[in-house]
Amino acid sequence: MPAPAEMRIVLKNIDKPGYTRDIDCYLKHGGYEELKKAIAMAPADIIAEVKASGLRGRGGAGFPCGVKWGFIDPKKNTKPVYLICNADESEPGTFKDRQIIHKEPHQLIEGMIISCFANNVKLAYIYIRGEFPYGAKILEEAIEEARAHNFIGTNILGTGYDLEIYVHRGAGAYICGEETGLIESLEGKRAYPRIKPPYFPAVLGLYMCPTIVNNVETLCDVKHIIKMGGAEYGKLGRPNNTGTRVICVSGDVEKPGYYEFETGKITMGELIYEVCGGIKGGKKLKAIIPGGSSAKIIRAGEVFKVKEKQADGSMADKEIKLEDVILDFDSLAAIGTMAGSGGVMVMDETRDITRCLANLSEFYAHESCGQCTPCREGAQWMKKITRRIATGEGRAADVPLLKSVADNIAGKTICAFGEACSWPVQSFLAKFKDEFDAKAAAGTGPVVRPVEPTMSAPKGSAAYKAAKEPVIAG
Amino acid sequence: MSSVTDTSETTHSASHDVHDPHLHDEVKVELSPDFLAQADKIVSKYPVSKRSAVMPLIYLWQDNFGYVSQQGVRWIAQRIEIQPINVMEVLTFYPMFRQHPVGKIQFKVCRTLSCALAGSYETCEFLRKKCGITEIDEHGLGVSDDGKFSVEFVECLASCGTGPVVMINDDLYEKVDTSKAQELLNKVS
Ligand SMILES: Cc1cc2nc3c(=O)[nH]c(=O)nc-3n(C[C@H](O)[C@H](O)[C@H](O)COP(=O)(O)O)c2cc1C
Ligand code: SF4
Ligand code: FES
Repeated sequence: MPAPAEMRIVLKNIDKPGYTRDIDCYLKHGGYEELKKAIAMAPADIIAEVKASGLRGRGGAGFPCGVKWGFIDPKKNTKPVYLICNADESEPGTFKDRQIIHKEPHQLIEGMIISCFANNVKLAYIYIRGEFPYGAKILEEAIEEARAHNFIGTNILGTGYDLEIYVHRGAGAYICGEETGLIESLEGKRAYPRIKPPYFPAVLGLYMCPTIVNNVETLCDVKHIIKMGGAEYGKLGRPNNTGTRVICVSGDVEKPGYYEFETGKITMGELIYEVCGGIKGGKKLKAIIPGGSSAKIIRAGEVFKVKEKQADGSMADKEIKLEDVILDFDSLAAIGTMAGSGGVMVMDETRDITRCLANLSEFYAHESCGQCTPCREGAQWMKKITRRIATGEGRAADVPLLKSVADNIAGKTICAFGEACSWPVQSFLAKFKDEFDAKAAAGTGPVVRPVEPTMSAPKGSAAYKAAKEPVIAG
Repeated sequence: MSSVTDTSETTHSASHDVHDPHLHDEVKVELSPDFLAQADKIVSKYPVSKRSAVMPLIYLWQDNFGYVSQQGVRWIAQRIEIQPINVMEVLTFYPMFRQHPVGKIQFKVCRTLSCALAGSYETCEFLRKKCGITEIDEHGLGVSDDGKFSVEFVECLASCGTGPVVMINDDLYEKVDTSKAQELLNKVS
C-alpha cells in the first residue's frame, strides 16, 4: 500500500509558488474569513467547537486544547486573562513553527485573535525564540497590517472587542519553551520554571493572572476548526488523535523536511521509506527518535507488544513492528515513547550511538536552568560520563553509573525538563546497552586533565586554553 | 539629548566583573532621540509591568553598542525602575546577551544532533581555523584577535532538516558544509 498523500491544512499555502506573506495575499486566499465568522459567535460556542474537535496541543505534551481553555471559568474569574503563543520552537528536531511564522504569519495571527476572543483575552504576546530575528520582524509587520484592517486594536470589526498582540523575543535559552519558564521570562526575569501546583498557568500565569499558553501550530489549528466546525475537524485522524499533524524529519534520510498528514494515518515505515525516500546513501536504519530529542529512542528491528482494543471491547496482546507503528500520540505512547513535538530524528547504521547520546547530553547540560539540584548536577554528570564513554575514555562501571544518575532525576524536579533530559539517557542505554557496554569497557578510563575553566579563569590563562572541546559528532 | 553618566563606578566592583576589561571604561554614551523613542515604544508594549521590558531593552542596547556594559545595565535599570542586579540576572542567564564585545561578523553554528550528523562539527572547526580563532571561552565562544569574527556553537536553530545550519549575524544559511562555509566567508569578509 503506498503511503497516504499529505493532507496540508496548516501548511496549505506554505511554499506554494507565488504565495507571499503579506496580508493582501492572505486575504485573497480567504484569510480572516474565520475571524469574521468567529467574532459573530458566542465565545462559549467557540470553546465548545474546539472541545468538540478533540484538538490536542502541538507543542509537545498533547494536552487537549479545549480542556485547557475550559480551566478558566469566565463566571468566577475576576482577573484579566492573557494568552501567549509559544513560538520558542527549540526542541531539537522540530522546525515547523518557523515555516508558519516566516511564510504565513497571518494564519497564526488569525488563529490567535479567534482564540483570544473566545477566552476574553485583551492582551496577548507571541514569545518567539531569539534566533528568529526576522520571524519577530515579520510578525510585527503582520500585526500592523492586521491592525490597519481593524482585526487587532480597539473595537475590532465593530464588535466592541479590543485586543492587543505584542511580540516578545527570547534570547537563546531552551527552557523558555517550558510554559512557566516562558512566563517568568516574559515577566522580565530568568526563565526559571515555576512549580505546579500551585502555578498552573490557567490559575497563576502571567502577572499571576489566568493565562493560556499554546503552540503556534495549535493556534493555527483553531482557525481551521472554526472553518470546518469542531465535529467535522474531529473526524479527521483517529479518535483522541484528531486533525492533522506537521511532522519534521531530519538526520539520515534522503528527503528530510516538514510534512503534514492526517493524524494517525501514516506509519513510521511509510514516513521513512516512502515519504522521505529511505535512509541516505542506501544505508540501513539504526535508530529513530520520534518526537523531538526528549522522546525515547527506538531501535531498528524492534518489535513491540501492545494491547489492542478488540471489536467486543476486550483488550488483546498484539505484536507490532517498528515500521508499522502509527505516528500519533497514543500509538507512540503505547510503544513507550512519545509523539512530542513531531520532530523525527533518524540515525543510520554507521552512527556511533554513544556519540549521538553524548551530543544530546551536552544539549541538556547546557540548557538546564539550574534551579533543581538533580537536574542541574545530573545533566552535567550525564554529559561528562557520556562524553568520556563516547571518546574512548570510559570504563565498564560508567554504564551503570550513568543509568543511576539518569534514574534519579525524573520526578524529582520542578519542571518536565528533568524527564526530558533523562529519557534520552535511559532509553539509549536500554536499547543499545551492548554498544555502550562494549565502548565503555574498551575505554582507557577517565583521563586526568586540568580542571575545566570556571567563571574565575581569566581569558588567556592555562585553564582557559586547556578547555578543548572533544569532537562529539555523529 | 541625554547621556549616560556614571555615578556608581567607584563604589562597587562585584566579583563577577573582575575580569571585565570594560568595567571602568570612561565612555560617555550619547543616546540619540531615536534610541530613546525606541525604548519608550518597547516599554509601552508592557502595560502591566515595565519590568517585562528588560529583555527587549537589553537587545536595544546590544544592537546599538555591540554588548551591554555596566553603564547599559544601570541605564536599563533606571529606565524601568528596577535594581541593576535584576538586569544583571537576566543579562547573565540568556546566551544571546553579551557583556563583552564579540566579532563584528558573528558565526553561530548549530551543534545539536541533526546538524552534527550532517557535519556541523567540521563546519565549526573550519570556520574557527579560517577566522584565526585559537581560544574559546567557557561558553565556547571564540573571537578573532582583530575582533572581526566570532565563531561559536549554539544549540538547535529549528532548521534541522537542512543541516548543518549557520547563522551569520541575523541571517540563516542552510547546508553549510566546509565549501559553502568558505563561500560565505568570502562573501562576508
Ligand atoms: C523543557 C520543555 C521545553 C518545551 N519547549 C517547547 C517549545 O519550544 N515550544 C512549544 O510550543 N512548547 C514547548 N514545551 C511545551 C510547553 O510547556 C507547553 O506545554 C506548550 O507550549 C503548550 O501548548 P500546546 O498545548 O498548544 O501544545 C516545552 C516543554 C518543556 C517541558
Ligand atoms: S527540572 Fe531542570 S530545567 Fe526544570 S526547573 Fe528544574 S533545573 Fe530548571
Ligand atoms: S539540530 Fe541544527 S537546527 Fe536543529
